[in-house]
Amino acid sequence: MLKYIGKRLLMLIPTMLGIALVVLIIIDLTPGDPARVLLGTNATEEQVEELREELGLNKPFLVRYWEFVKNVCQGNFGSSIMTQRPVFSEMLMRFRYTLVLVVFGTIFSTILGIPIGIYAANHTHTWKDSLAIFLSLICVSMPSFWFALLMIRFFGVKLQWLPISGIEDWKGWILPCVAMALGLMALIARQMRSDMLEVLRQDYITTARSKGLSERKVVYRHALKNAIIPVIMVIGGVFGSSLGGSLITEVIFSIPGLGQYIMTGLNNRDYPVIQSGILIISTLFAIIILIVDVVFALVDPRIRSQYTRRKKNKGGKSDDGTGKEAKKANATA
Amino acid sequence: MTEQAKKPKKQTRLHEIWVQLKRNKLAVVSMFVLIALVLVAILAPVLAPYYYDEQNVANKYAPPSAEHLLGTDKLGRDILSRLIYGTRASLTMGIVAVLIGGLIGILIGAISGYYGNWVDNLMMRLLDIYQAIPMFLLCVALAAILGASLRNAIIALGLGIVPGYARIMRASVMTVRETEYIESAKSINCGVFRIITKHIIPNAIGPMIVQLTMGVGSCILSGAALSYIGLGVQPPTPEWGSMISEARAVMRQYPTHAIYPGICIMIAVLACNLLGDGLRDALDPRLKN
Repeated sequence: MLKYIGKRLLMLIPTMLGIALVVLIIIDLTPGDPARVLLGTNATEEQVEELREELGLNKPFLVRYWEFVKNVCQGNFGSSIMTQRPVFSEMLMRFRYTLVLVVFGTIFSTILGIPIGIYAANHTHTWKDSLAIFLSLICVSMPSFWFALLMIRFFGVKLQWLPISGIEDWKGWILPCVAMALGLMALIARQMRSDMLEVLRQDYITTARSKGLSERKVVYRHALKNAIIPVIMVIGGVFGSSLGGSLITEVIFSIPGLGQYIMTGLNNRDYPVIQSGILIISTLFAIIILIVDVVFALVDPRIRSQYTRRKKNKGGKSDDGTGKEAKKANATA
Repeated sequence: MTEQAKKPKKQTRLHEIWVQLKRNKLAVVSMFVLIALVLVAILAPVLAPYYYDEQNVANKYAPPSAEHLLGTDKLGRDILSRLIYGTRASLTMGIVAVLIGGLIGILIGAISGYYGNWVDNLMMRLLDIYQAIPMFLLCVALAAILGASLRNAIIALGLGIVPGYARIMRASVMTVRETEYIESAKSINCGVFRIITKHIIPNAIGPMIVQLTMGVGSCILSGAALSYIGLGVQPPTPEWGSMISEARAVMRQYPTHAIYPGICIMIAVLACNLLGDGLRDALDPRLKN
């Protein structure tokens, strides 16, 4: 097990190097001269040249990449061009806002999604199931920013129960968290339902029923324990990808989190912010996925044995499944 | 000979899927909704009562009336016409992005699934790295760096969804690869390119079709989100997401201005999801009688 964790931790290094490369390539895609774009058309040629020098843009790509990696290894994530503040400490300050949003969004979606999924699975072929499925489909199909606006209009403007933006007290967090949770809740409910249906078809459930156990016991003692594992994997993916998905919620509710920081950076073409910001968020994302994987490798005996078997066969294969789940969650976030 | 042998087989397969799909009423309705939306997009100039940019500032924020069924916006433009024209940008975003992402994904998945070994390992590790960046963040970054426009938003979305498709394609290619007909194709010295394009992809594409259908929906959603934060379609071209963004300022007085485009997005995405669900059941051989 330790070997597996060690291997996954080591995998983080090439992943981070790769992310840094992708980010630099993306920045390189800027049409025209980034320094010129940054300074506007009024700037003189000398000013542009000076900025290019300062940003290191006149160096070859690989040299820039090497310097970026070297600086990051030394803990230097650069400073914002606009505010001159170091990117890392700025992000650290904003991290708690995003964290609260993502954590509560995930918790909300979990405590609502799982019961809905179980309920739907136990009432198949009735209107209750159809209703639950249809509602969750609608939630998945709805733009979350649109629903957030409608909630602001209803709870904030019309009823005046909750503040429309800002997060002065706990009340301000309710709408953003619900907006985050909605689509994810539907995703979790759908996954829970399909896994539950799969498990309820198994022989051991028939055995449990034939023993005369109450339906309640069959569902919660026997079926749920087995059905919930893929769901928790999905929740892990959801949690990680919300880091990216929180961007739009932060913009709507003017929450000064990581997403808004990156968004401002992108709008201002603040290259150090974009580079380091995306690198830091992606690394957090990778770490969360890793923690989820490891926790489940520890908790679930089936997965544990799978990992030990796979470890002997092929090293890297074990993370493919989670990657897919994460992508699934990504697509809806 | 081969042409004749092939044709009826293909028809029966399509026919089979259609028979299965027809059982699912919701999926059929969704399919017609999608066809209708495509028609609306194509026929927008015929259907829309006004041109999308026809301004009449004297008549701004007009309530719904016989001339303007859904009222007018801040510049006196007819909202219904803008919704109809907005179908174009939104559907283009969904469909073209999925075509780009799907095409690249299918190729990567097919190559990596067919060759296996180090090719597969290398490609999957590269995808791992690529996927380590949260998808929406990647799309936003790409769209912002490339510059806000419909074309760039489509490129950003298309590149963002590649890894998911590549993985699904890879998985289904790996099952097809082991079949006898691939072996027989190899034994008659069929070229690799021909095997992949003529034998592997058509047989492995089933699960992809479902994902592609649903992908259109999720790209419409993400595209609307990009437009909402100002990184997609630029005014005055109408798009559902940017219409919501424009209506945000007057949310207090005219909430319906934001509600209509949202409902349009929801209908389009819902139809994609329902059709995708239906296709999954129709393509699933286990459910065939």
